[in-house]
Amino acid sequence: MHMLEVKDIHKTYGKTVVLDGVSFSMEKGETKVIIGPSGTGKSTLLRCINQLSPPDKGRVWLDGVEVTDKKTNINDIRQKIGFVFQEFNLFNHLTALKNVSIGLEKVKNMEKEEALKKAQDELKRVGLKDQADQYPAQLSGGQKQRVGIARALAMDPIIILFDEPTSALDPELIGDVLEVMKSIAGEVSMLVVTHEMGFARNVADEIIFMEHGKIIEKGTPNQMFKNPKIKRTKEFLGKISSLYGEE
Amino acid sequence: MAIETLIGSLPQLFEGLKITVGLTIVSLILGSVLGILMALGRVYGRKPLSFLIYIYEKIFRGIPLLVIFFLIYFCLSQIGINLNPFTAAILGLGLRSAAYQAQIYRSSINSIPEGQMIAACSIGMSKIKAIRYVILPQILRLSIPGWSNEFTIVLKDTSIAFSIGVIELMRQGRYIYALDHELVLQVLLVIALIYFIMVISINKGLSYLEKKYKMSGLEVEIKR
Repeated sequence: MHMLEVKDIHKTYGKTVVLDGVSFSMEKGETKVIIGPSGTGKSTLLRCINQLSPPDKGRVWLDGVEVTDKKTNINDIRQKIGFVFQEFNLFNHLTALKNVSIGLEKVKNMEKEEALKKAQDELKRVGLKDQADQYPAQLSGGQKQRVGIARALAMDPIIILFDEPTSALDPELIGDVLEVMKSIAGEVSMLVVTHEMGFARNVADEIIFMEHGKIIEKGTPNQMFKNPKIKRTKEFLGKISSLYGEE
Repeated sequence: MAIETLIGSLPQLFEGLKITVGLTIVSLILGSVLGILMALGRVYGRKPLSFLIYIYEKIFRGIPLLVIFFLIYFCLSQIGINLNPFTAAILGLGLRSAAYQAQIYRSSINSIPEGQMIAACSIGMSKIKAIRYVILPQILRLSIPGWSNEFTIVLKDTSIAFSIGVIELMRQGRYIYALDHELVLQVLLVIALIYFIMVISINKGLSYLEKKYKMSGLEVEIKR
C-alpha cells in the first residue's frame, strides 16, 4: 500500500483538457518534484489530490483511504494534506502566530495555550520566532511563505503539497524558503510543483516531467538531468537549466 | 420667557430621544444580523436562496421608508396582525436596513481574496468554520465604513417613524410646539442640533474603530 496513490486523473475546464490521465504514487518521507511548462496541469493536479478542485475522473488514496470517495470526510483528510500556495493565502486579520495556531484550535480542537505553544515551535522551525506578532501585511514575501509552511506543518500532515511556492518571490527571498523546504525533506513527504531546478536536483527523490496534462517522463534527478530518455524532457531541462543557472 | 419654556421642555425631548436611540439600536441590530445572513446567502448559498434574497433586496431598496412603514403598520392590521407603532417602526427600519447592509457586506465579501476560503479549506476547515473564523472577521472589519454610514442613516430615518405615531424625538417636539406656536423654530432647531451632535459623535467614534481594526495591506491608497 502506497502512502499516496493517484490513479488516472482527468480534469477538463470548459473545453480545455487540463489533466489527461495522470497516475503516480508516493511513499512516506519521499520528496517528489513536478516540473513542466506552465499551464500543463501541474497546479491542477495538486488541487485534485486534496479535492480543492475535484477531478472529473480518477481516484486518489491517502494511507489507504480513498480521498475521491464521496463518503470520505474531506475535512479530515485535508488535515493530513498540507498545502502551500504560490500567493501565500495567509489569513490577513491574524498575526503570524494565530495564522499557524488557528487550525490547531478550531480544526484539531486543541486547547488555546497548547495550540499557541505548538504554533510558536513551528514558527521557530521556519526561522520566524521574532515575527510571531506581526500581521501578514507587515511581512516580506519570503516571510509570508515561511508562515504558510509553518501553518501547513502545524497540522502534522502526512504530506505537504507545494504549488510553485517561490514563484511569487523576489529572487533574494527564494533561498530562505527553499532552505526551510530542504530542512523538512524526509520528515514529511513533499510533492512540489516548481521551476527551481536546483531544489529539484538536490532534494528530490524523483522528478516528474509533465506536459499537456500527461506525465512525459519520471526518474531520479540523476537520470532526468544526465540521461533523460524522452527528447522533450531533454529539451525542457536543457532550456530551464541554462535559464535558471546550475546550482 | 421663551428660553425658559424651551429649557423646561428639554426633559420631554429627552424622552423622545430615548425612543429615537432605542429605535435606532434595535433596528440596526435587526438589519445587521439579517444583512450578514443575506450577504452570506447570496454569495455562498444555492441559486434559489440567492434569487429570493435578490428579490427581497430589490423590493426593500425600491420603496420609500414612509411607504414601508405604512404598509407594515396599516396593511398588516387589515389582515389581523396588529403591531404597536414602535414594533412596526423597528420592523420597517430593520428590514430596509438589512437590504442596504446586505449590499455592504456583499461587497466586503467580494473584496476578500478567493484564496482566503481556499486556504481555510486546505487546513481542514468546513465551509461554515471557514466563514466563521476567516471570512466573517474580515467582512466585519472591511464593512466598518459602510456600516457607520448606515448607522447615521437609520438614526436620521427614525424621524419618519413620527408618521405612524411613534413618540420619538420629532413627535415629542411637535407636542411641545403644538402647545406654544412661538416655539416652533426654537424647538426644531434644538432637535436638528441633537441629531447633528449624535451623527457627528457616531462618525467620530466609528472612525476611531475603523482605524483600530484596519487590516493593513487591503485598502487601496489614493495618493493626492
